This record gives sequence, C-alpha cells and structure tokens, in this order.
Amino acid sequence: MSSEPLLEVRDISKSFGGIQALAGVSFQVFPGDIFGIIGPNGSGKTTLVNSITGFVHVNSGHVLFKGRDITNRPPHKIADLGVTRTFQIMRPYYSLPAYKNLIIPLFSPRARRTGGWRGGGKLGDRDTVAIDILEEIGFERDSQVPYKMASTLPTGYLKRMELARCLALRPELILCDEVFSGLSMSEIASMIPLLERLQLEGITLIMIEHRLKELFRVANRVMVLNFGQKLCEGLPEAVMADEKVKEAYLGSEDLSDYV
Amino acid sequence: MEILIYGTVNSVSLALMALGFTLVYGISGLPNFAHGALYVITGFIVWTLMRTLGLPYLWAIPLALIAIGLIGAAIYYFILIRVRGMATSEIIASYAIGLAILEGLRWGGFKGLTYTLPVFIEGSWELGGVMVDYQRILVVVIGVVVMALLWLFTHFNRIGLALRGMAQDERAAMMLGIDSDRMAVVAMGLGSMLAGLAAIVLLPLGNIVVEAGYNVLIMAIAVCIVGGLGSWVGAVLAAFVIGFAQILTVVYVESHFQIVVALLAIIVTLILKPSGLFGRQKELEERV
Amino acid sequence: MARASVRRERLDRGIKVRTSGIYAITGWKEITYLVIPRLVLIVGLLLLPLVVTNLYWQRVISIVAIYALLALSFDFLTHFVGLVSLGGAFFVGVGGYLAALLNTQFGLSPLFSIPLATIGGAVFCTLLIMPCLPLRGVYFSIVTLMYPLLAARIIEALNIFGGTDGILGVAGFPNRWVEQYSLIAIILLALFGLRRFVNMDIGLVFRAVKDNDQAVKASGLSITLYKTMAVFISSGLACLAGAYLVHIYMWAGISTLALDFSIIPIAATVIGGGGTLVGPVLGSFILVPISELLRAFGTLRIVFYSLILMAFIVFRSEGLMVYGQRKYHQFEKWIKV
Repeated sequence: MSSEPLLEVRDISKSFGGIQALAGVSFQVFPGDIFGIIGPNGSGKTTLVNSITGFVHVNSGHVLFKGRDITNRPPHKIADLGVTRTFQIMRPYYSLPAYKNLIIPLFSPRARRTGGWRGGGKLGDRDTVAIDILEEIGFERDSQVPYKMASTLPTGYLKRMELARCLALRPELILCDEVFSGLSMSEIASMIPLLERLQLEGITLIMIEHRLKELFRVANRVMVLNFGQKLCEGLPEAVMADEKVKEAYLGSEDLSDYV
Repeated sequence: MEILIYGTVNSVSLALMALGFTLVYGISGLPNFAHGALYVITGFIVWTLMRTLGLPYLWAIPLALIAIGLIGAAIYYFILIRVRGMATSEIIASYAIGLAILEGLRWGGFKGLTYTLPVFIEGSWELGGVMVDYQRILVVVIGVVVMALLWLFTHFNRIGLALRGMAQDERAAMMLGIDSDRMAVVAMGLGSMLAGLAAIVLLPLGNIVVEAGYNVLIMAIAVCIVGGLGSWVGAVLAAFVIGFAQILTVVYVESHFQIVVALLAIIVTLILKPSGLFGRQKELEERV
Repeated sequence: MARASVRRERLDRGIKVRTSGIYAITGWKEITYLVIPRLVLIVGLLLLPLVVTNLYWQRVISIVAIYALLALSFDFLTHFVGLVSLGGAFFVGVGGYLAALLNTQFGLSPLFSIPLATIGGAVFCTLLIMPCLPLRGVYFSIVTLMYPLLAARIIEALNIFGGTDGILGVAGFPNRWVEQYSLIAIILLALFGLRRFVNMDIGLVFRAVKDNDQAVKASGLSITLYKTMAVFISSGLACLAGAYLVHIYMWAGISTLALDFSIIPIAATVIGGGGTLVGPVLGSFILVPISELLRAFGTLRIVFYSLILMAFIVFRSEGLMVYGQRKYHQFEKWIKV
C-alpha cells in the first residue's frame, strides 16, 4: 500500500442556511482501501460525498485527489479524473433499457480515453461493452434482464447498475452512497464478492453505510461522523469500541449488540 | 436632480410591477406569465366600473383590486393548480392564459378609442427645481407604503408568515400544518392584487393599451431575473438598478434605448451571476 | 357490493409482436404493417403540392411546412432534451432577418442565403441562450419567452433592419414547385434524421439529460455542452424555417417575430403528441389550416390556440399521435379482476 493518499479531505465545512452540515472534516484514503464512513442519520454523510464530488460547493476547506486540488470543481470534471459516485436515491434513465443506460458513461471523454472496460484498446460497439459490463456486475447475459426498461428493474439490479455506471468510466475511486440499503441479506451477500473483486482490480472504495455488520466485513478502515464532525477513525473494531461512537449511535447502550 | 427624481419614480414603478411576480414565484413556484394580463385587465375593470356603471373613482379602485385578486385566485384554483409542480406545464399553461386574455382584449375590447384612467390629483409640484406631477409623486409614495405593508404583513400577520414560511421551505411549512395548496391560491390572489395595484397607480400616466401588458411582463421578469427569482429584496434592488440605468440612458443616450437596457441587464446577469443579486438558486447545486 | 371489478387491459397486437427485430421481414403482412404508416406519410406529403389546386391553399401548404419544421424543433428540444422553448419566434426572426439581409444587402440568392442564415442564425441564437443553460430549465423558458418580445421592441424602437416597415424586396423562389418540394424534402429529412439521431448513442445522452441530468454529470459528461448542441440543432431548424419564410413572403418584418411562431408549434406538438416527432408535424397539418380559416377573426385566433393549448396541457391529453400509435399497436379489452 503506497504512502501517498489517493484522496485527501482537509477541514471541509458546509452550511445550508442555518444548518451546519459539515464542520471541519478531514481524513485520508489510500489506494486499495475500502474506507467506510458511518454515522447516524443527518450526520452529513451524503453532504460529504456531494462535497467531494462537486455536487455541492464547500464553504471552506480542500479536497485533493492524487495531490491535485479538486475542491468545488464541476461534477463532470471530477468524474473525468476518475472519482465516481453512486446515488443514494437511484437515478437510472427510466425511458431507456438497462444496457442503454451505460451508453451514457461510455460516451464520456474518460471512457473514450481509457478505452472502455476491459482489454484496453479502442472501444468497439458501445452496446457490446455495455452488455459486458452488466455481465461483470451480475446481470445474466442471456436473459432478458439487460434489455428491460430501467423503470421496471428491482432495487438489487438498480444498485448494481449504479456501480456499473461508475465502472464504465474505469474509475480509480468509487464513492458508494449506501449501496447496501434496500437490499436483502442474500443480495448483500452476493454484492460483497463483487466489491472485493473491485478492490483486487485496484479500485479504491469509500462506502457510506448504515449496515454496519456487512460493512465491517469488507472495510479495512472506518470513520464516524456525527453532526457534521468527525468523531473517530481507524480499524472497525477499534471504532466500535470507542465511547463517543457508542454514545452517538445509541446513547449509552453497548454497540456490540448490533454486530 | 431630475435624474434622481425620475430615476426614483421609474424604479418604484418597476418594483411595483415586479413584486407581484416575484411573490407568486417565491411562494408557489409558479412563474406567472399571466402577470401582464392581470395588470391590463385591472385597468379595464376600473374603466368599466367608472364608465359603464358610473361608480366614482374612489369606489372603483378597491372593487377592482378585490375583483382582480379573486380572478387571479380563481385562475390558479381552477386551472393552474392542476399542473402544480410540473414546471414546464405550469409555464405553458400560465403563458397560454396570459396570451388568451391579452389577445382577447386586443380583439374584443374597446377597439378604436383611447382608454385612459384619470390621475388621482391634477397638477404638479416643484421639487428641488424640477416640476413633477402629483401622480408620479403618488407612485413613489404608494410604492413605498406597499412595500412597507408587505414587509409588515409577512413578518407579523399569521397568513403572511405562513406565506414566508412556504417561500423558504415548502416541506417544512407543510409539516407545520400549513396547507400549501391553499397558501398558493392566496399567494396568487395577493400577487394579482399587486399587479392590479401597479396598474391602478401607473396606468393614469398613459393609456390603457394591450401592449402595456406585454411590457409589464417583460419588465417584471427582467427585474426578477436581475434581482433573483423569488427574492423580494432582490426585486426591489434590481428595480432601482434597472430603473436608474434606464433614466440615465434616456438622458445621456436616447430614450428609445430604454428597452435595450432591460435586455442587457438580463444578459449581463445571466453571464455574471445567473441566480441574480439575491437569488436562491443555490438550490440548483443542492438538488442532489 | 356488486361493484364492477373489471379493468382495462392492453395487449400488443399479434402482428406487432411478430414484427419485432429480425422477424419483421418474414412475410409480406409483417412488412406491410411496418411500412404502411411511413409510406402513407411520405407519399402523402409528396403528393400534397400536386393534389391541391386552389392557389390560396397552395400557399398554405408552404406555411404548414414551415410550422411543421418549427414544431419538430420544439418537440426535439422539449421532449428529448427537456428544455421548453417559449420563444420559437425569436429563432424565426433571426433566421428570417439574416436571410433577408444576406439577400438584399449582399445579393445572395436564396440558394445561399438560406443555408447561411440557418447556420449563422443558429450560432447567434445559441450564443444568446448559452448563459442560461447551466441553470434550471425554468430560466431557459423565461429567457426564450423574453427574447422575441424584446427583439421586436428593440427593432421598432431603434428603427434598425427597416423598423416597422421591414426589409422589402427579398427574392422569392423561381416557382412554387421548388419552394414546396424543397420544403417537403427538408421536413422528411429532418423528421427521419431526428428520429435516427435520438436513437444513436449521442442522442441517448441528450435524452439522459432530460431524464436525469445529475447522473449525466456524475458520468463525466458536461451537460452544458450537450444542451448547447441541442439548442444549436433546434435553433438551426427554426432559423431555416425563418429563412424560408422571408423568401416565400419576399419580405421580413416585425411580424416575423410574431407570437404565432412561438405558440402554434407548441400547440401543434401538444395536440399531435409530444415525443413522437411525427405528432407535431401532424399537429401542424391540422392546426395551421384552421388558423388560416380563423384569420378573419384577427387576434381571436391566438385566443383560440391558447385556450386549446391550455386545455390540453392541463387535462393532460397524450396527443393524437400517441393515441393513434396505441390503437395501431395494441388492442384493448376489459377483463375481470
């Protein structure tokens, strides 16, 4: 694991009107990490993702990707650098079939530069590449599923499509905003090998999650947010045992009941 | 000195025109393209009440205001509320209504004669060496009074506070028990009355023509874009900026260029600060 | 409680299913099923100038064609990119005035003035609209609404481009066959071209911008860029229509910025069926002759379309084309629940 952070967030703050969503949050993510961000509802997790990826302008602080300052840059430029995200409220293109949804990221300058999903070289037919990506993600190639309208797909497939959308850009970093939410235990269980495989391929993941048990199986470092502030950061077990974290989630109950 | 006085008059006129529009947009999210139509209709209502029914001016005015408020609310309640929330449909529908009214008036109303409303007080006054007619002074006075009343209304009256709450955050307001649909109708009624008030105060300065409807709509939108859609303070400020710019143009360039000022103001705003002076279009980025 | 518990069910017709994909060419019946609607359209359009003999109505064909182009331009921008243009008249005016100027000041024949006006007009309009593209769609509608109104007033006030008299002496077409058939050819090209375009990869990006622009941004694409392209295409079509218009009437004036050019395309699209590209063309063929008939009533005709438009928008009719397509492809029956 290299010692240069892939993503560095320095002291970012964001307020919406009277509400301080983020207050001086700083952390580092290294290449190959699966970095978890947890915290109670309203702790600013999604705002953090939005801030890093340019969907929201921060009031102060910096975001650095591979040493370059990407603070407040337009979202598409940030995605173009290899920092991608999924959306908590899923956003497929409803009027298009599933595989056509991937044409859009495959159309981007980044996809053209990086030569598509696998095997380098020029992109052939985007349709074929799209089907390939969907297969990697877990859609059965020979079934009707990739051809169905995105509006008819169930949650599990849509979540995977969010990831597929990111993968089409051959990213270096994916910020997953609650990919596990809305999925059943078995669906999550089948997603985990996928995430681990992404890690093996050199993609760094930052995962915002509520499902602590499942997250702790994959994450190697975890950070806790509460009321827009970082409470603590470190190995999952250590974070779990931290008093402040327990208090934030549960009052004074024992957090280990939940894991 | 002349510039100061006429600049103020112009600015307050613009503010009066724009307030109704920005109020409706800020509260119910509807860009009311029928605003100009409501303006002109009020003029015709007053005229009709006076000529056809023989009512004295002093009676015709409040009646017309009530009438236009009800008309505006009715338009919203029966028609526009059905497309509430669908931005493009709202725009097309209110534009269609505005057009129907204005062109209908052009066709069916009062052809061939010149229609005017009398000024409130005849004569003029000398102010700092410049002769200003009373009507124009009244425009400023009434304008300031209206703005003050609006401010008081939205800060101290229950309904006014509800409207302000809705303007800030509709969902939060609904959670507090404010019926957003009903408030939107009220907002429209209020906005229409403001349009009517502007008409009553400004129309005596000229004739009642259908073209005025379009001009008012253009100026109201220009002011609101520069000031920031939905911001009342912004609208007033923008009105002054544009108002003075126009008068300066009249004095130093040529009076025909007034309208160009409006166009330039819009373009410059869009390029430099698209959300306007006080725009809340940060909502744009926070739509995630 | 003997409440009727039936519901309406719609099923694709057998033949529709049999014609999906490669199976379309398996038999004459299938081929006919697919080809007939398109054939009717193409042949109908091509025959139109021949069939209509009345001189007055011949002129109407050209006007209908112009509005059909405008309606196509509006439908494309609204239903495939999500930008609602309320000021089609502005593009018509720009294209029209530009063509008239090129023709009268520079002596270019319609063969050159029209293409140049189309491209030049598109560039000009796109530049003027670009500042509001990064903003919410509402701004686009407001700005496009304002531009024709402002332009008309500025032309009048500054007395430029001929002021209220307009630019006279614009060259016409050699004969009406050139005029009408070139227009019809353009309509067919635009129609089938746009249909093809919206299904190509780049067309999908446009449609995605309409569906969900945040996701497009997150996919590394600049929506401002694509919106700009869409405005360029759409305004180009409309400027083309405007350029043709001034050569048909041999005159360019403030009425080239008339409200009709903004409103009728919208009404035609809503009535004909938005999102189908064919619907708006159909809608123009219905609406424009009616509007001509109503010319005697002066501006009442605008009241008429405004009210129809409003009724359609508010009561959310799907449009004739969509209804027709549904009937053609599907049949309905009531089944018990």
